[in-house]
Amino acid sequence: MTTLLVEDKTIVVPGEELAEGMEYLPGSDVIRDGDKLISTKVGMVSIQNHLVKIIPLAGKYMPKKNDIVLGKVVSMGFSGWRVDIDWAFEANLALRDASSDFIEKTADLAQYYDYEDWIVCQITSVSASGKLIDLSMKGPGLRKLGPGRMIHVTPSKVPRIIGKLGSMISMIKEATGTKISVGQNGLVWISGEDPQKELLAVHAVKKIETESHISGLTDRIKAFLEGAAQ
Amino acid sequence: MNYKERYDGRKVDELRPIEAKVGVIPRATGSALFKIGKTHALAAVYGPRELYPQFLQDPQKGILRCNYNMLAFSGAGERVRPGPSRRSREISFVMEKALLPVIDMEAFPSTVIDVFVELVQTDAGTRCAGITAAAMALADAGIPMKDLISAVAVGRMGGNIVLDVTKEEEDYEGGMADIPVAMSTRTGEVTLLQDDGDLTKEELMKALHLAKKGCEQIKKVQIQALKNRYKGE
Repeated sequence: MTTLLVEDKTIVVPGEELAEGMEYLPGSDVIRDGDKLISTKVGMVSIQNHLVKIIPLAGKYMPKKNDIVLGKVVSMGFSGWRVDIDWAFEANLALRDASSDFIEKTADLAQYYDYEDWIVCQITSVSASGKLIDLSMKGPGLRKLGPGRMIHVTPSKVPRIIGKLGSMISMIKEATGTKISVGQNGLVWISGEDPQKELLAVHAVKKIETESHISGLTDRIKAFLEGAAQ
Repeated sequence: MNYKERYDGRKVDELRPIEAKVGVIPRATGSALFKIGKTHALAAVYGPRELYPQFLQDPQKGILRCNYNMLAFSGAGERVRPGPSRRSREISFVMEKALLPVIDMEAFPSTVIDVFVELVQTDAGTRCAGITAAAMALADAGIPMKDLISAVAVGRMGGNIVLDVTKEEEDYEGGMADIPVAMSTRTGEVTLLQDDGDLTKEELMKALHLAKKGCEQIKKVQIQALKNRYKGE
């Protein structure tokens, strides 16, 4: 006898029973205890056929291969840079992955990326322990960031900030005339000519973060941006 | 002398009024406030973050580091001496042991998860309030857990077993035993059991049953507080 104890998209907490019986399979952040499926995080239930998983609503960023993240250069060596990507360990940006230009061995690395510089980079590999992380700057859109505002949002909300095929983010960009870069690690860089509009973009992103689990998000953000424009 | 009627008029199996809120400290990875009667506990979780000094790192699993602290003005009027004490170190240690069984520390090797519990106001049952708040804060920080931990103190007052003792009851002179209990109510696993006072086997069993009842009620409040944070509108 197999029964589902929760509905799709309900919010659950750790230790909550999701399903009973062997017909359902535990997905990410779900464990099996006896014949029951148990949630291990605060999040939203997602049921796909027989797979039950949790989409976490809170928590720190966990580095994943191929993620595009924003990071800050915190240290420099002979062979590359150390970058803070808002995870427990610093990531490594090797010299050969740092630029499509050829970098002389004797070159001053600070002329490429200096301390405190923010960069958009891609994670190329993560060790099983999560301790060793390699970054690359070779790829479309990977660059050094100029002046702007850096804000932090919950990493699990990033897909909602970007929207389907970037619809949400381009809506904010258009309405506020700002440049925005979103990293999978929950860091968002916003830069605009007009400080007032820059601030409006910050508020819009924050609004998405706090209201992303409530339906009708796109319309509300649209109304928010239009209301502010008047 | 027998303790029949409780000082604050509660029934023997009745908890003090409870209040819980999650996400009270924006800069922390996770945080929670738990109030039970006049005992108010505030918990903040930071991490997982890199652990220093490096020799403390465990490459196979992360470590949990709890810190329990009573604020100087939190007591019944006499100033609590600030800073670490023998008592606060012991409570930090037992809190850690009470929370560890449900946390999957292998998900974060070489790291530390810091849990800070501050007691803003105290009226007995502080370690239990602290554990309850810490469990909510850990869940709010997105740390994988098998269950939430709920905790409550039970006591023997004379010949009666009572739930959720206050400071006034703790100081009762007619024979008193104070038993803080923390448990995972889903599995029934007891993760903290201490006893200060004389107790027969039967009384202990009765106390544990009463504690379970109390923990179940507290857990409902914990779940509600966590869900409220993400409730629509």
